Amino acid sequence: MNQPLFSVTNLSKKFGKTIACDDISFDLWPGEILGIVGESGSGKTTLLRSIAGLIKPDQATISYQGKNNKLLNIDQMDEPKLRHLQRTEWAFVHQHPRDGLRMNVSAGANIGERLMANGWRHYDDIRKEAIKWLEAVEIDAKRIDDLPRTFSGGMQQRLQIARNLVTNPRLIFMDEPTGGLDVSVQARLLDLLRGLVRDLGLSAIIVTHDLAVARLLSNRLMVMKDGQVIEHGLTDQVLEDPQAAYSQLLVSSILQV
Amino acid sequence: MNEIPPKEPLIETIIEPATQIDPNYNFAYLNEQTKKMIRRALLKAVAIPGYQVPFAGREMPMPYGWGTGGVQITASILTPDDVLKVIDQGADDTTNAVSIRKFFQRTAGIATTLNTAAATVIQTRHRIPEQKLQEGQILVYQVPIPEPLRFLEPRETETRKMHAFEDYGLMHVKLYEDISQHGHIATTYAYPVMVENHYVMDPSPIPKFDNPKMNNNPALQLFGAGREKRIYAIPPYTKVVSLDFEDHPFEIQAWDQPCEICGAEDSFLDEVIMDDQGTRMFVCSDSDYCQSRSEVQS
Ligand SMILES: Nc1ncnc2c1ncn2[C@@H]1O[C@H](COP(=O)(O)OP(=O)(O)O)[C@@H](O)[C@H]1O
Ligand SMILES: [Mg+2]
Ligand SMILES: [Zn+2]
Repeated sequence: MNQPLFSVTNLSKKFGKTIACDDISFDLWPGEILGIVGESGSGKTTLLRSIAGLIKPDQATISYQGKNNKLLNIDQMDEPKLRHLQRTEWAFVHQHPRDGLRMNVSAGANIGERLMANGWRHYDDIRKEAIKWLEAVEIDAKRIDDLPRTFSGGMQQRLQIARNLVTNPRLIFMDEPTGGLDVSVQARLLDLLRGLVRDLGLSAIIVTHDLAVARLLSNRLMVMKDGQVIEHGLTDQVLEDPQAAYSQLLVSSILQV
Repeated sequence: MNEIPPKEPLIETIIEPATQIDPNYNFAYLNEQTKKMIRRALLKAVAIPGYQVPFAGREMPMPYGWGTGGVQITASILTPDDVLKVIDQGADDTTNAVSIRKFFQRTAGIATTLNTAAATVIQTRHRIPEQKLQEGQILVYQVPIPEPLRFLEPRETETRKMHAFEDYGLMHVKLYEDISQHGHIATTYAYPVMVENHYVMDPSPIPKFDNPKMNNNPALQLFGAGREKRIYAIPPYTKVVSLDFEDHPFEIQAWDQPCEICGAEDSFLDEVIMDDQGTRMFVCSDSDYCQSRSEVQS
Protein backbone atom coordinates (compact mmCIF):
# COMPACT_ATOMS: atom_id res chain seq x y z
CA MET A 1 0.00 0.00 0.00
CA ASN A 2 1.41 3.39 -0.87
CA GLN A 3 -1.16 5.43 1.00
CA PRO A 4 -0.89 6.41 4.64
CA LEU A 5 -3.34 4.54 6.87
CA PHE A 6 -4.01 7.65 8.88
CA SER A 7 -3.24 11.23 8.04
CA VAL A 8 -3.50 14.35 10.20
CA THR A 9 -3.10 17.85 8.80
CA ASN A 10 -3.04 21.17 10.67
CA LEU A 11 -4.58 19.96 13.91
CA SER A 12 -5.07 22.63 16.56
CA LYS A 13 -6.90 22.58 19.86
CA LYS A 14 -7.20 25.25 22.52
CA PHE A 15 -8.62 25.14 26.01
CA GLY A 16 -9.39 28.76 26.75
CA LYS A 17 -6.03 30.47 26.37
CA THR A 18 -4.02 27.24 26.60
CA ILE A 19 -2.89 26.02 23.21
CA ALA A 20 -2.86 22.27 23.81
CA CYS A 21 -2.08 21.33 20.19
CA ASP A 22 -0.60 23.80 17.73
CA ASP A 23 -0.89 23.04 14.02
CA ILE A 24 0.20 19.40 14.08
CA SER A 25 0.51 17.28 10.92
CA PHE A 26 1.74 13.72 10.48
CA ASP A 27 1.06 10.46 8.66
CA LEU A 28 0.86 6.92 9.97
CA TRP A 29 1.72 4.15 7.53
CA PRO A 30 0.15 0.70 7.56
CA GLY A 31 1.78 -1.59 10.10
CA GLU A 32 3.63 1.28 11.72
CA ILE A 33 3.87 2.01 15.45
CA LEU A 34 4.16 5.72 16.09
CA GLY A 35 5.30 6.89 19.51
CA ILE A 36 4.36 10.36 20.77
CA VAL A 37 6.60 11.47 23.60
CA GLY A 38 6.99 14.63 25.61
CA GLU A 39 6.74 15.84 29.16
CA SER A 40 3.51 16.15 31.06
CA GLY A 41 1.29 18.93 29.73
CA SER A 42 2.88 18.98 26.26
CA GLY A 43 -0.44 18.09 24.58
CA LYS A 44 -0.03 14.36 23.91
CA THR A 45 -3.36 13.23 25.35
CA THR A 46 -5.24 16.07 23.68
CA LEU A 47 -3.68 15.13 20.34
CA LEU A 48 -4.52 11.45 20.76
CA ARG A 49 -8.10 12.05 21.86
CA SER A 50 -8.62 14.52 19.01
CA ILE A 51 -7.42 12.20 16.29
CA ALA A 52 -9.35 9.24 17.73
CA GLY A 53 -12.57 11.26 17.62
CA LEU A 54 -13.08 11.41 21.39
CA ILE A 55 -12.89 15.20 21.46
CA LYS A 56 -13.35 17.75 18.71
CA PRO A 57 -10.25 19.69 17.65
CA ASP A 58 -10.73 23.37 16.75
CA GLN A 59 -9.24 22.66 13.38
CA ALA A 60 -7.94 19.58 11.57
CA THR A 61 -8.15 17.48 8.47
CA ILE A 62 -8.02 13.82 9.44
CA SER A 63 -8.31 10.99 6.98
CA TYR A 64 -8.28 7.25 7.49
CA GLN A 65 -7.89 4.53 4.91
CA GLY A 66 -10.70 2.20 5.96
CA LYS A 67 -11.19 -1.44 5.12
CA ASN A 68 -11.74 -1.99 1.38
CA ASN A 69 -9.45 0.99 0.75
CA LYS A 70 -12.16 3.52 1.40
CA LEU A 71 -10.70 6.90 2.30
CA LEU A 72 -12.72 8.33 5.19
CA ASN A 73 -12.73 11.94 6.31
CA ILE A 74 -12.82 11.60 10.06
CA ASP A 75 -13.25 15.32 10.76
CA GLN A 76 -16.39 15.41 8.57
CA MET A 77 -17.86 12.11 9.67
CA ASP A 78 -21.23 12.02 11.43
CA GLU A 79 -21.27 10.62 14.93
CA PRO A 80 -23.00 7.25 14.35
CA LYS A 81 -20.47 6.37 11.64
CA LEU A 82 -17.58 7.54 13.80
CA ARG A 83 -18.81 5.45 16.72
CA HIS A 84 -19.12 2.45 14.50
CA LEU A 85 -15.54 2.90 13.37
CA GLN A 86 -14.42 3.34 16.98
CA ARG A 87 -15.93 0.04 18.01
CA THR A 88 -14.90 -2.00 14.98
CA GLU A 89 -11.72 -0.99 13.15
CA TRP A 90 -10.27 1.16 15.92
CA ALA A 91 -9.38 0.65 19.54
CA PHE A 92 -8.54 3.07 22.34
CA VAL A 93 -6.65 2.08 25.46
CA HIS A 94 -6.96 4.68 28.20
CA GLN A 95 -4.27 5.40 30.74
CA HIS A 96 -6.58 4.58 33.64
CA PRO A 97 -8.33 1.23 33.24
CA ARG A 98 -11.41 2.65 34.97
CA ASP A 99 -11.89 5.01 32.02
CA GLY A 100 -11.80 2.17 29.54
CA LEU A 101 -13.60 -0.58 31.45
CA ARG A 102 -17.06 -1.02 32.88
CA MET A 103 -16.15 -1.62 36.48
CA ASN A 104 -19.62 -2.86 37.45
CA VAL A 105 -19.82 -5.79 35.03
CA SER A 106 -17.74 -8.96 34.77
CA ALA A 107 -14.54 -9.39 32.76
CA GLY A 108 -16.45 -11.52 30.26
CA ALA A 109 -19.10 -8.85 29.75
CA ASN A 110 -16.38 -6.23 29.34
CA ILE A 111 -14.84 -8.21 26.53
CA GLY A 112 -18.21 -9.18 25.06
CA GLU A 113 -19.64 -5.65 24.93
CA ARG A 114 -18.09 -4.73 21.60
CA LEU A 115 -19.21 -8.01 20.09
CA MET A 116 -22.77 -7.48 21.28
CA ALA A 117 -22.66 -3.89 20.04
CA ASN A 118 -21.68 -5.31 16.67
CA GLY A 119 -24.64 -7.65 16.59
CA TRP A 120 -23.43 -10.85 18.22
CA ARG A 121 -26.45 -12.59 19.73
CA HIS A 122 -25.19 -16.02 20.67
CA TYR A 123 -24.22 -16.24 24.34
CA ASP A 124 -21.93 -19.25 24.02
CA ASP A 125 -20.06 -17.77 21.08
CA ILE A 126 -19.53 -14.51 22.97
CA ARG A 127 -18.26 -16.44 25.95
CA LYS A 128 -15.84 -18.52 23.90
CA GLU A 129 -14.46 -15.37 22.34
CA ALA A 130 -14.09 -13.77 25.77
CA ILE A 131 -12.14 -16.78 27.03
CA LYS A 132 -9.91 -16.70 23.99
CA TRP A 133 -9.06 -13.05 24.62
CA LEU A 134 -8.57 -13.46 28.35
CA GLU A 135 -5.98 -16.09 27.53
CA ALA A 136 -4.41 -13.90 24.86
CA VAL A 137 -3.74 -11.24 27.51
CA GLU A 138 -2.62 -13.83 30.05
CA ILE A 139 -5.59 -13.63 32.41
CA ASP A 140 -6.79 -16.95 33.83
CA ALA A 141 -10.04 -17.85 32.05
CA LYS A 142 -11.47 -18.79 35.46
CA ARG A 143 -11.69 -15.08 36.21
CA ILE A 144 -14.22 -14.53 33.41
CA ASP A 145 -17.14 -13.86 35.76
CA ASP A 146 -15.20 -11.69 38.21
CA LEU A 147 -15.55 -7.92 38.40
CA PRO A 148 -12.55 -5.87 37.19
CA ARG A 149 -12.25 -4.26 40.59
CA THR A 150 -11.05 -7.59 41.98
CA PHE A 151 -8.16 -7.46 39.47
CA SER A 152 -4.72 -5.94 40.00
CA GLY A 153 -3.83 -2.78 38.07
CA GLY A 154 -1.83 -4.74 35.52
CA MET A 155 -4.67 -7.22 34.98
CA GLN A 156 -7.17 -4.40 34.57
CA GLN A 157 -4.98 -2.86 31.91
CA ARG A 158 -4.68 -6.21 30.12
CA LEU A 159 -8.44 -6.65 30.35
CA GLN A 160 -8.90 -3.24 28.78
CA ILE A 161 -6.64 -4.31 25.94
CA ALA A 162 -8.56 -7.56 25.45
CA ARG A 163 -11.85 -5.65 25.44
CA ASN A 164 -10.45 -3.50 22.65
CA LEU A 165 -8.88 -6.19 20.52
CA VAL A 166 -11.86 -8.53 20.45
CA THR A 167 -13.21 -7.01 17.22
CA ASN A 168 -9.84 -7.34 15.46
CA PRO A 169 -9.25 -3.62 15.02
CA ARG A 170 -6.64 -2.37 12.53
CA LEU A 171 -5.58 0.74 14.41
CA ILE A 172 -5.07 1.10 18.12
CA PHE A 173 -4.61 4.34 20.07
CA MET A 174 -2.94 4.03 23.46
CA ASP A 175 -2.53 6.73 26.08
CA GLU A 176 0.24 5.88 28.56
CA PRO A 177 -0.80 2.21 28.59
CA THR A 178 1.82 1.35 31.21
CA GLY A 179 1.37 4.61 33.11
CA GLY A 180 0.29 3.80 36.62
CA LEU A 181 1.94 0.37 36.89
CA ASP A 182 4.91 -0.97 38.87
CA VAL A 183 8.08 -1.36 36.86
CA SER A 184 8.00 -5.17 36.80
CA VAL A 185 4.33 -5.16 35.77
CA GLN A 186 5.13 -2.59 33.08
CA ALA A 187 7.76 -4.85 31.57
CA ARG A 188 5.34 -7.76 31.28
CA LEU A 189 2.63 -5.57 29.75
CA LEU A 190 5.10 -4.12 27.27
CA ASP A 191 6.16 -7.60 26.19
CA LEU A 192 2.56 -8.59 25.77
CA LEU A 193 1.70 -5.46 23.80
CA ARG A 194 4.68 -5.88 21.54
CA GLY A 195 3.71 -9.47 20.82
CA LEU A 196 0.05 -8.64 20.17
CA VAL A 197 0.79 -5.71 17.92
CA ARG A 198 3.20 -7.84 15.89
CA ASP A 199 1.01 -10.96 15.73
CA LEU A 200 -2.14 -9.09 14.82
CA GLY A 201 -0.43 -6.80 12.34
CA LEU A 202 -1.80 -3.73 14.10
CA SER A 203 -0.91 -0.17 13.41
CA ALA A 204 -0.65 1.91 16.56
CA ILE A 205 -0.22 5.37 17.96
CA ILE A 206 1.17 5.26 21.47
CA VAL A 207 1.42 8.26 23.76
CA THR A 208 3.94 8.01 26.54
CA HIS A 209 6.14 10.24 28.62
CA ASP A 210 8.50 7.27 28.98
CA LEU A 211 11.14 7.10 26.27
CA ALA A 212 12.03 3.55 27.24
CA VAL A 213 8.48 2.49 26.39
CA ALA A 214 8.64 4.38 23.11
CA ARG A 215 11.96 2.80 22.22
CA LEU A 216 10.64 -0.68 22.83
CA LEU A 217 7.39 -0.33 20.91
CA SER A 218 7.62 2.30 18.22
CA ASN A 219 9.19 2.53 14.78
CA ARG A 220 8.82 6.25 14.61
CA LEU A 221 8.82 8.97 17.18
CA MET A 222 7.30 12.43 17.51
CA VAL A 223 8.57 14.65 20.30
CA MET A 224 6.09 17.23 21.59
CA LYS A 225 6.67 20.35 23.62
CA ASP A 226 4.14 23.07 24.44
CA GLY A 227 1.62 21.72 21.95
CA GLN A 228 4.06 21.55 19.06
CA VAL A 229 5.93 18.71 17.39
CA ILE A 230 9.55 19.72 17.76
CA GLU A 231 11.15 16.58 16.36
CA HIS A 232 9.94 13.72 14.23
CA GLY A 233 11.85 10.73 12.85
CA LEU A 234 12.71 7.06 13.08
CA THR A 235 12.87 6.01 16.71
CA ASP A 236 16.50 4.93 16.60
CA GLN A 237 17.57 8.12 14.93
CA VAL A 238 15.75 10.38 17.33
CA LEU A 239 17.11 8.53 20.33
CA GLU A 240 20.68 8.25 19.06
CA ASP A 241 20.98 11.64 17.49
CA PRO A 242 18.33 14.00 18.77
CA GLN A 243 18.31 17.29 16.89
CA ALA A 244 16.31 19.64 19.02
CA ALA A 245 17.93 20.79 22.24
CA TYR A 246 14.84 19.75 24.16
CA SER A 247 14.94 16.21 22.71
CA GLN A 248 18.61 15.97 23.66
CA LEU A 249 17.70 16.86 27.21
CA LEU A 250 14.84 14.39 27.26
CA VAL A 251 16.96 11.58 25.85
CA SER A 252 19.92 12.14 28.10
CA SER A 253 17.76 12.24 31.21
CA ILE A 254 15.83 9.08 30.37
CA LEU A 255 18.48 6.79 28.99
CA GLN A 256 20.59 7.03 32.09
CA VAL A 257 17.97 5.15 34.03
CA MET B 1 -60.18 -29.57 34.80
CA ASN B 2 -63.74 -28.33 34.62
CA GLU B 3 -64.99 -27.01 31.37
CA ILE B 4 -65.37 -23.29 31.75
CA PRO B 5 -68.05 -21.72 29.57
CA PRO B 6 -67.15 -18.53 27.71
CA LYS B 7 -67.58 -15.37 29.70
CA GLU B 8 -70.79 -13.38 29.33
CA PRO B 9 -70.46 -9.65 28.82
CA LEU B 10 -71.88 -8.02 31.93
CA ILE B 11 -70.85 -4.56 31.00
CA GLU B 12 -73.95 -2.58 31.92
CA THR B 13 -74.01 -3.93 35.43
CA ILE B 14 -70.43 -3.23 36.34
CA ILE B 15 -69.92 0.40 35.49
CA GLU B 16 -70.11 2.70 38.42
CA PRO B 17 -71.85 5.73 36.94
CA ALA B 18 -70.51 9.24 36.74
CA THR B 19 -70.30 11.13 40.01
CA GLN B 20 -70.53 14.78 40.97
CA ILE B 21 -67.44 16.81 40.08
CA ASP B 22 -65.89 18.78 42.86
CA PRO B 23 -66.37 22.32 41.50
CA ASN B 24 -63.08 23.44 42.98
CA TYR B 25 -61.18 21.57 40.29
CA ASN B 26 -60.72 21.95 36.58
CA PHE B 27 -61.88 18.78 34.77
CA ALA B 28 -59.42 16.01 35.74
CA TYR B 29 -57.46 18.35 38.00
CA LEU B 30 -54.88 19.70 35.51
CA ASN B 31 -55.46 23.05 33.83
CA GLU B 32 -56.15 23.06 30.10
CA GLN B 33 -52.76 24.51 29.20
CA THR B 34 -50.91 21.74 30.99
CA LYS B 35 -53.10 19.11 29.38
CA LYS B 36 -52.37 20.56 25.96
CA MET B 37 -48.67 20.44 26.65
CA ILE B 38 -48.90 16.81 27.75
CA ARG B 39 -51.05 15.90 24.74
CA ARG B 40 -48.42 17.39 22.46
CA ALA B 41 -45.80 15.19 24.14
CA LEU B 42 -48.15 12.22 23.72
CA LEU B 43 -48.61 12.89 20.02
CA LYS B 44 -44.87 13.02 19.57
CA ALA B 45 -44.49 9.80 21.56
CA VAL B 46 -47.07 8.05 19.40
CA ALA B 47 -45.32 9.28 16.27
CA ILE B 48 -41.97 7.82 17.42
CA PRO B 49 -42.87 4.52 19.10
CA GLY B 50 -40.67 3.73 22.09
CA TYR B 51 -38.91 7.11 22.12
CA GLN B 52 -38.81 8.92 25.45
CA VAL B 53 -40.28 12.40 25.09
CA PRO B 54 -39.40 14.88 27.84
CA PHE B 55 -42.31 16.89 29.20
CA ALA B 56 -42.70 19.63 31.77
CA GLY B 57 -44.35 17.49 34.41
CA ARG B 58 -46.55 19.11 37.04
CA GLU B 59 -46.66 18.55 40.75
CA MET B 60 -49.59 16.30 41.56
CA PRO B 61 -51.34 16.03 44.92
CA MET B 62 -49.69 12.67 45.62
CA PRO B 63 -46.13 11.39 46.03
CA TYR B 64 -44.06 10.30 43.00
CA GLY B 65 -44.14 6.62 43.93
CA TRP B 66 -47.90 6.79 43.44
CA GLY B 67 -47.73 7.06 39.71
CA THR B 68 -47.86 10.78 39.06
CA GLY B 69 -46.59 10.22 35.50
CA GLY B 70 -49.51 7.93 34.72
CA VAL B 71 -51.95 10.20 36.51
CA GLN B 72 -50.87 13.20 34.43
CA ILE B 73 -51.34 11.26 31.20
CA THR B 74 -54.74 9.97 32.29
CA ALA B 75 -55.77 13.49 33.30
CA SER B 76 -54.76 14.80 29.88
CA ILE B 77 -56.63 12.22 27.81
CA LEU B 78 -59.84 11.74 29.82
CA THR B 79 -63.12 12.97 28.35
CA PRO B 80 -66.41 13.15 30.29
CA ASP B 81 -67.64 9.99 28.52
CA ASP B 82 -64.69 7.83 29.47
CA VAL B 83 -64.95 4.85 31.76
CA LEU B 84 -61.84 4.48 33.91
CA LYS B 85 -60.31 1.40 35.44
CA VAL B 86 -57.27 1.59 37.73
CA ILE B 87 -55.15 -1.41 38.70
CA ASP B 88 -52.15 -1.90 40.89
CA GLN B 89 -50.33 -5.24 40.57
CA GLY B 90 -53.41 -6.51 38.78
CA ALA B 91 -55.86 -5.59 41.54
CA ASP B 92 -58.44 -2.79 41.61
CA ASP B 93 -58.78 -2.73 45.38
CA THR B 94 -55.31 -1.79 46.59
CA THR B 95 -54.78 1.57 48.26
CA ASN B 96 -52.94 3.01 45.28
CA ALA B 97 -55.58 1.97 42.75
CA VAL B 98 -58.48 3.03 44.94
CA SER B 99 -57.07 6.47 45.63
CA ILE B 100 -56.29 7.19 41.97
CA ARG B 101 -59.78 6.04 40.97
CA LYS B 102 -61.33 8.25 43.66
CA PHE B 103 -59.13 11.14 42.58
CA PHE B 104 -60.59 11.03 39.07
CA GLN B 105 -64.13 10.42 40.31
CA ARG B 106 -63.84 13.58 42.35
CA THR B 107 -61.98 15.75 39.84
CA ALA B 108 -63.49 14.50 36.58
CA GLY B 109 -66.79 13.01 37.68
CA ILE B 110 -66.33 10.14 35.26
CA ALA B 111 -67.71 6.64 35.37
CA THR B 112 -65.40 3.92 36.66
CA THR B 113 -65.28 0.18 36.41
CA LEU B 114 -63.39 -2.86 37.62
CA ASN B 115 -64.02 -4.64 34.37
CA THR B 116 -61.34 -4.61 31.73
CA ALA B 117 -63.71 -4.89 28.79
CA ALA B 118 -65.92 -2.06 30.04
CA ALA B 119 -63.09 0.43 30.46
CA THR B 120 -62.05 2.95 27.84
CA VAL B 121 -58.98 4.04 29.82
CA ILE B 122 -57.04 1.74 32.13
CA GLN B 123 -54.31 3.12 34.32
CA THR B 124 -51.97 0.42 35.52
CA ARG B 125 -49.07 -0.18 37.80
CA HIS B 126 -47.07 -3.39 37.18
CA ARG B 127 -49.55 -5.44 35.07
CA ILE B 128 -51.32 -5.70 31.74
CA PRO B 129 -54.83 -7.13 32.14
CA GLU B 130 -55.26 -10.78 31.15
CA GLN B 131 -58.31 -10.07 29.05
CA LYS B 132 -57.33 -9.02 25.53
CA LEU B 133 -57.56 -5.28 25.00
CA GLN B 134 -59.58 -3.86 22.12
CA GLU B 135 -59.22 -1.11 19.56
CA GLY B 136 -60.17 2.20 21.11
CA GLN B 137 -58.97 1.29 24.58
CA ILE B 138 -56.00 3.10 26.13
CA LEU B 139 -53.65 1.54 28.64
CA VAL B 140 -51.69 4.06 30.75
CA TYR B 141 -48.63 2.72 32.56
CA GLN B 142 -47.07 4.23 35.66
CA VAL B 143 -43.31 4.21 35.15
CA PRO B 144 -40.72 4.61 37.91
CA ILE B 145 -37.52 4.57 35.76
CA PRO B 146 -38.01 5.13 32.03
CA GLU B 147 -34.41 4.64 30.89
CA PRO B 148 -33.56 0.96 30.31
CA LEU B 149 -29.84 1.73 29.90
CA ARG B 150 -29.58 3.73 33.11
CA PHE B 151 -28.25 1.04 35.42
CA LEU B 152 -25.10 0.56 33.31
CA GLU B 153 -24.74 4.03 31.85
CA PRO B 154 -25.69 6.79 34.28
CA ARG B 155 -24.84 9.61 31.85
CA GLU B 156 -28.03 10.91 30.24
CA THR B 157 -26.05 12.49 27.35
CA GLU B 158 -24.65 9.06 26.57
CA THR B 159 -27.91 7.08 26.79
CA ARG B 160 -29.59 9.61 24.50
CA LYS B 161 -26.91 9.00 21.91
CA MET B 162 -27.21 5.25 22.30
CA HIS B 163 -30.92 5.52 21.50
CA ALA B 164 -30.40 7.91 18.62
CA PHE B 165 -27.70 5.74 17.05
CA GLU B 166 -29.33 2.40 17.97
CA ASP B 167 -26.11 1.65 19.79
CA TYR B 168 -27.57 -0.98 22.11
CA GLY B 169 -24.70 -3.35 22.90
CA LEU B 170 -25.06 -2.37 26.53
CA MET B 171 -28.57 -3.80 26.81
CA HIS B 172 -27.29 -7.23 25.90
CA VAL B 173 -24.44 -6.78 28.36
CA LYS B 174 -27.06 -6.81 31.08
CA LEU B 175 -28.66 -9.98 29.75
CA TYR B 176 -25.19 -11.52 29.35
CA GLU B 177 -24.48 -10.77 33.02
CA ASP B 178 -27.76 -12.39 33.98
CA ILE B 179 -26.82 -15.61 32.25
CA SER B 180 -23.24 -15.63 33.49
CA GLN B 181 -24.45 -15.23 37.08
CA HIS B 182 -27.63 -17.31 37.09
CA GLY B 183 -27.31 -19.66 34.13
CA HIS B 184 -30.34 -18.07 32.52
CA ILE B 185 -31.79 -14.60 31.93
CA ALA B 186 -32.90 -13.82 35.47
CA THR B 187 -34.62 -10.52 34.67
CA THR B 188 -38.29 -11.18 35.34
CA TYR B 189 -39.69 -7.64 35.63
CA ALA B 190 -39.06 -4.56 33.50
CA TYR B 191 -37.68 -6.89 30.86
CA PRO B 192 -36.34 -4.73 27.99
CA VAL B 193 -38.05 -4.71 24.62
CA MET B 194 -37.29 -3.31 21.20
CA VAL B 195 -40.11 -1.30 19.68
CA GLU B 196 -40.72 -1.30 15.93
CA ASN B 197 -37.12 -2.39 15.22
CA HIS B 198 -35.61 0.75 16.70
CA TYR B 199 -35.98 2.01 20.27
CA VAL B 200 -35.14 -0.18 23.21
CA MET B 201 -37.73 0.51 25.89
CA ASP B 202 -38.35 -0.29 29.54
CA PRO B 203 -41.90 -1.64 29.74
CA SER B 204 -42.14 -0.50 33.40
CA PRO B 205 -42.02 -3.17 36.12
CA ILE B 206 -44.60 -5.48 34.57
CA PRO B 207 -43.69 -9.18 34.76
CA LYS B 208 -42.06 -10.46 31.58
CA PHE B 209 -45.16 -12.68 31.37
CA ASP B 210 -46.94 -9.57 30.08
CA ASN B 211 -44.33 -8.63 27.49
CA PRO B 212 -45.87 -10.59 24.60
CA LYS B 213 -49.17 -8.75 25.21
CA MET B 214 -47.53 -5.47 24.20
CA ASN B 215 -46.78 -6.79 20.75
CA ASN B 216 -49.33 -6.01 18.05
CA ASN B 217 -51.84 -4.92 20.68
CA PRO B 218 -55.01 -3.25 19.30
CA ALA B 219 -55.05 -0.77 22.20
CA LEU B 220 -52.95 2.38 22.53
CA GLN B 221 -50.28 2.03 25.23
CA LEU B 222 -48.98 5.17 26.95
CA PHE B 223 -46.19 5.34 29.54
CA GLY B 224 -45.66 8.17 32.02
CA ALA B 225 -42.68 8.69 34.33
CA GLY B 226 -43.51 11.46 36.81
CA ARG B 227 -40.24 11.91 38.64
CA GLU B 228 -38.12 11.79 35.48
CA LYS B 229 -40.69 13.66 33.38
CA ARG B 230 -40.72 11.33 30.38
CA ILE B 231 -43.56 10.07 28.21
CA TYR B 232 -43.38 7.25 25.69
CA ALA B 233 -45.88 5.22 23.73
CA ILE B 234 -46.67 2.10 21.75
CA PRO B 235 -49.34 2.84 19.13
CA PRO B 236 -51.87 0.11 18.28
CA TYR B 237 -50.54 -2.84 16.28
CA THR B 238 -46.88 -2.06 16.88
CA LYS B 239 -44.11 -4.64 16.85
CA VAL B 240 -42.65 -5.17 20.31
CA VAL B 241 -39.92 -7.76 20.75
CA SER B 242 -38.29 -8.88 24.00
CA LEU B 243 -34.49 -8.91 23.78
CA ASP B 244 -32.68 -12.20 24.14
CA PHE B 245 -29.87 -14.44 22.87
CA GLU B 246 -30.21 -17.09 20.18
CA ASP B 247 -29.15 -19.78 22.63
CA HIS B 248 -31.12 -18.26 25.54
CA PRO B 249 -34.43 -17.26 23.96
CA PHE B 250 -36.98 -15.09 25.77
CA GLU B 251 -39.45 -17.12 27.82
CA ILE B 252 -42.38 -16.12 29.99
CA GLN B 253 -43.00 -17.34 33.52
CA ALA B 254 -44.94 -20.61 33.85
CA TRP B 255 -46.59 -22.33 36.79
CA ASP B 256 -47.04 -26.02 37.55
CA GLN B 257 -50.66 -25.47 38.48
CA PRO B 258 -53.70 -23.45 37.45
CA CYS B 259 -55.25 -20.63 39.53
CA GLU B 260 -56.71 -22.21 42.65
CA ILE B 261 -59.76 -19.95 42.53
CA CYS B 262 -60.83 -19.86 38.89
CA GLY B 263 -58.74 -22.62 37.33
CA ALA B 264 -57.12 -20.35 34.75
CA GLU B 265 -54.03 -21.82 33.15
CA ASP B 266 -53.19 -18.78 31.03
CA SER B 267 -52.92 -16.18 33.74
CA PHE B 268 -50.12 -14.66 35.85
CA LEU B 269 -50.31 -16.17 39.33
CA ASP B 270 -49.38 -14.65 42.68
CA GLU B 271 -48.59 -16.77 45.70
CA VAL B 272 -50.77 -15.44 48.50
CA ILE B 273 -51.09 -16.35 52.15
CA MET B 274 -54.72 -17.15 52.88
CA ASP B 275 -54.92 -17.35 56.68
CA ASP B 276 -52.85 -16.99 59.82
CA GLN B 277 -51.82 -20.65 59.59
CA GLY B 278 -49.72 -19.59 56.60
CA THR B 279 -51.72 -21.57 54.04
CA ARG B 280 -50.46 -20.60 50.62
CA MET B 281 -52.37 -20.47 47.39
CA PHE B 282 -51.59 -19.62 43.79
CA VAL B 283 -54.21 -17.27 42.41
CA CYS B 284 -54.60 -14.88 39.49
CA SER B 285 -52.89 -11.55 40.03
CA ASP B 286 -55.57 -9.97 37.79
CA SER B 287 -58.48 -9.89 40.24
CA ASP B 288 -61.08 -8.84 37.66
CA TYR B 289 -60.12 -11.70 35.39
CA CYS B 290 -60.26 -14.20 38.25
CA GLN B 291 -63.58 -12.93 39.60
CA SER B 292 -65.33 -12.82 36.26
CA ARG B 293 -64.21 -16.37 35.53
CA SER B 294 -65.36 -17.63 38.94
CA GLU B 295 -68.74 -15.89 38.63
CA VAL B 296 -69.38 -17.56 35.33
CA GLN B 297 -68.51 -20.96 36.80
CA SER B 298 -70.77 -20.72 39.87
N1 LIG C 1 -10.21 19.46 29.36
C1 LIG C 1 -9.26 20.40 29.49
N2 LIG C 1 -9.59 21.63 29.92
C2 LIG C 1 -8.65 22.59 30.04
N3 LIG C 1 -7.35 22.41 29.79
C3 LIG C 1 -6.94 21.20 29.38
C4 LIG C 1 -7.87 20.13 29.21
N4 LIG C 1 -7.21 19.03 28.80
C5 LIG C 1 -5.91 19.42 28.69
N5 LIG C 1 -5.74 20.71 29.04
C6 LIG C 1 -4.48 21.46 29.02
O1 LIG C 1 -3.87 21.28 27.75
C7 LIG C 1 -2.49 21.08 27.88
C8 LIG C 1 -2.11 19.72 27.32
O2 LIG C 1 -2.63 18.70 28.15
P1 LIG C 1 -2.55 17.17 27.79
O3 LIG C 1 -2.98 16.98 26.40
O4 LIG C 1 -3.27 16.42 28.84
O5 LIG C 1 -0.98 16.91 27.91
P2 LIG C 1 -0.18 15.56 28.17
O6 LIG C 1 -1.05 14.41 27.84
O7 LIG C 1 0.99 15.68 27.27
O8 LIG C 1 0.21 15.58 29.60
C9 LIG C 1 -2.18 21.22 29.36
O9 LIG C 1 -1.79 22.56 29.60
C10 LIG C 1 -3.47 20.94 30.03
O10 LIG C 1 -3.58 21.58 31.25
MG1 LIG D 1 -1.58 12.72 29.06
ZN1 LIG E 1 -58.00 -17.01 38.88
